[in-house]
Amino acid sequence: MRKCSLEKIDLIFAEIAKEAKLYLPADGADGKTKYTQWTEGVKWSNALNTVKSPKEFFFPQTEDLMSFKTQGKNIEIIDNRSETEDFVIFGVRACDVKSFDVLDRVFLKEPVDSYYASRREHGIIISAACTRPSETCFCKTFGIDPTEPSGDISVWKTETELFLQSNTDKGAELLKKLNSLTEECDETAVNAQKAEVSAIMDKLPLAGLTTDKFGAGKTKEFFDAPEWDTLSEACLGCGTCTFVCPTCQCYDIKDFNTGNGVVRFRCWDSCMYSDFTKMSAGQPRLTQKERFRQRFMHKLVYYPENNDGLFSCVGCGRCISKCPISMNIAKVMKTMGGQGK
Amino acid sequence: MNNRTETLIPKLGVITDIRIDTPDIKTFRVVTPDGVKPFEHRPGQCAMLSIPGVGEAMFSITSSPTNTEFMEFSIKKCGCVTEWLHQAEVGQQITIRGPYGNPFPVDDEFAGKNLLFIAGGVGLAPLRSVINYCRHYRDRYGKIDIVYGSRSKDDLLDYKEIIDEWCGDDNVNVHLTIDREQEGWDGHVGFVPNYVKELGFDTDKTAILCGPPIMIKFTLDGLYSLGFEKTQIYTTLEMRMKCGVGKCGRCNVGSKYICKDGPVFRFDELDELPDEY
Repeated sequence: MRKCSLEKIDLIFAEIAKEAKLYLPADGADGKTKYTQWTEGVKWSNALNTVKSPKEFFFPQTEDLMSFKTQGKNIEIIDNRSETEDFVIFGVRACDVKSFDVLDRVFLKEPVDSYYASRREHGIIISAACTRPSETCFCKTFGIDPTEPSGDISVWKTETELFLQSNTDKGAELLKKLNSLTEECDETAVNAQKAEVSAIMDKLPLAGLTTDKFGAGKTKEFFDAPEWDTLSEACLGCGTCTFVCPTCQCYDIKDFNTGNGVVRFRCWDSCMYSDFTKMSAGQPRLTQKERFRQRFMHKLVYYPENNDGLFSCVGCGRCISKCPISMNIAKVMKTMGGQGK
Repeated sequence: MNNRTETLIPKLGVITDIRIDTPDIKTFRVVTPDGVKPFEHRPGQCAMLSIPGVGEAMFSITSSPTNTEFMEFSIKKCGCVTEWLHQAEVGQQITIRGPYGNPFPVDDEFAGKNLLFIAGGVGLAPLRSVINYCRHYRDRYGKIDIVYGSRSKDDLLDYKEIIDEWCGDDNVNVHLTIDREQEGWDGHVGFVPNYVKELGFDTDKTAILCGPPIMIKFTLDGLYSLGFEKTQIYTTLEMRMKCGVGKCGRCNVGSKYICKDGPVFRFDELDELPDEY
């Protein structure tokens, strides 16, 4: 493990930015925290997390897939994929780092999504341990330790110092480049912080939430549960939960006529929208209840069924703070019997 | 980057023939610009066709894999992409990618079996691929029965092929029906489910169904009343799709993605899934 004084943090950022574009959570003029490209003067936010998740570094909200030129009856297909440049995302919380695993299992499964894969290969993740988890946090429910985030490099911030540890070859290589700014150290301070934060975690309001009731093979048990009616009753179908969710990965593919050709792009989509499954032949999910149920069944049952029991939720709490009707996965889990103690 | 394969990037196809089958169904013959079949497939698999600027949609490949020269798609006019295709002319280029999904188990579970195909309307399109595959390898299968019905005589898909080819085959029995009496029709009149019950098939068959949901529902009831088991009945499902490879997230029924884990299912497998299709 290496460490440096917090006074040197801008020097650390400057050194990393020499290697690749560096993005970190920064507070905007609107008071919202978002991943921002680091340049001289950009300060690492003290906020617990960003409003939007960092999934867009690998799975952007919109991206061009290809383009076409048409002339009369003829079509030309233009593969305008380009290699992604190296980039570093700094300050990713443990929950969000875990969300990349959840996305990987979708996009890197055969046939590999080359757009996503290229960004994954070129991205270096520097995670940051949580120091002040909030009442919307429930990452521990999904087996995530916020004091022990993975990624290529993990960092811990105390009052005065920054501690750094590499977890991968990519991370070790980058960390070596920071050697002149950091010094070797033991883990005493970090361990003390871990113990302190773990104690806070145990007292959080959602600390008792468990996944025992959910997972593979539970479709029959939950699909026709009467609770879906009341849980979904107030859902507006706005899709905010899916947009702020770090693991929601559904997308739409659309064509845009530029006047000089056609661009085929993909963009985030939401299972909360009626249009999502609508066909000329019919609509398998007629009301908001079916759409609402799909989202939670997917995260708690269908996804684990297809992915060795891994849940498609990391407990980041964004849906809890953003849903306009205060509905969220924690409430769904509690209602369905997932409150342990 | 460009040397990586990417399933979302299609290849070019050219429409070389358009057959008007019914007032709202046309069959399009597609090859690559070099004049060859776009790719190999198995009976029951699908392909994504698109017209840039209009959209992309999933269609079952109606031609048999044994056809080495081209692919055919029987398409009913019912939405943006299909309406555009219906006004297209021969020589029009489109894009094509695939094949997607699992085929019917023609070489294993169907081998040596008597087969009963039951289709309604444009539901014959995916089954035609299987029927012609089984006709091609005739000695691998037992007796073949085909029950096909549509609204009217004019709405029967592939009528010429049925009469000229299927009806003439040894050991292939074709049973056609239309919903209502019509001048010039001296065949059976009545809905498919009732006709299946009237014909009273022995249960020594594997049944393959495709048609509108209401037809499937009542035909299933009919087959069960004749003594058929769920393990003997197959169908192919339809859902809205964008990627075709189980990633865009919209075609699932329970934990199964219809594009990748389907579209072909046996009814005992469907029983394991929630009723949301």
